[in-house]
Amino acid sequence: MTGHFEPLPDGGAAVPLDEIEISILRSLAVQLIELLGPGEEAGDSESDDLLASIFNDGPSEPPADPVLARLFPDAYGGPDLVPDDDVRAASAEFRRYTENDLRSRKREDALALIRALDTLSPEGGNAQLRLKPDECRRWLGALNDLRLAIGTRLEVTDEEDGGELLRLPDSDPRKPMVMAYLWLGGLQETLVESLMG
Amino acid sequence: MRRPPPGGSMGPVSAHPSPTITPRPHHCTLSVPVEIERPESSEAPFEVPEPDVPWVTIVHNDPVNLMSYVSYVFQTYFGYSKDKAHQLMLDVHHKGRAVVSSGSREEMERDVQAMHGYGLWATLQQDRR
Repeated sequence: MTGHFEPLPDGGAAVPLDEIEISILRSLAVQLIELLGPGEEAGDSESDDLLASIFNDGPSEPPADPVLARLFPDAYGGPDLVPDDDVRAASAEFRRYTENDLRSRKREDALALIRALDTLSPEGGNAQLRLKPDECRRWLGALNDLRLAIGTRLEVTDEEDGGELLRLPDSDPRKPMVMAYLWLGGLQETLVESLMG
Repeated sequence: MRRPPPGGSMGPVSAHPSPTITPRPHHCTLSVPVEIERPESSEAPFEVPEPDVPWVTIVHNDPVNLMSYVSYVFQTYFGYSKDKAHQLMLDVHHKGRAVVSSGSREEMERDVQAMHGYGLWATLQQDRR
């Protein structure tokens, strides 16, 4: 798990991936999509769904799952502010009108990642993933969401934790997730560098 | 708040959609332009006690997000220069937070929504400095 993104002349980026890496990435993205939950897909029933979807409010309470709470934080308040009723009400209203769309975007990003992986046909266990510029942006979002999800699960709390987590013994049940977390960080870092030139 | 309660003075929301409704740039089922024009303040937000005090978007430090990615977001979304984006990122990193934009409440809600879309931890508040 050492692959790095390299910029392509068309503004995209490429990275070598082996079968195991493809499998891990795909599995993590599927898990993220499952965590995000089903969207309000068009065509559930009839055409008036379009109108209904416009006025279909999202949730007003923060998600109970810590990962989802991190992906969809309160818009008012923050760590330096003890929320009063007004702040809570403003956060709830913001959430009602934005969270469903944010979930859709994150779902779409993860789906774009899966679709790109599914185009690969590894030869001898290895493949070269080539992303167009718009795919790069979706991958960047998906990689970041995956790192937020895993980082939250691992309870990464400050900059030093990456080092401590790196020194976990192989017997530690968190070890595989830590390895995936660090690998995803390398992928994201090099993808950012590829896009920034 | 910017949205009247049901049965309020503006009538049902469906009959008079508020022009200050939060933009939904990523709504996939509607064939509307991605960037929704923000209307001028023909209908001021309701119950804003200090209309002259601007609102600000604050990005908070986060142990997971990469510094390079945070800079990338500031450059990409706000169009800030590399130097300005880098400095704001360092402020977030070292001071725990940075004001990344200011403007009307609606503008800041849009910025916060965008930051959440990128996975950054952002809030908005009225700037009371």
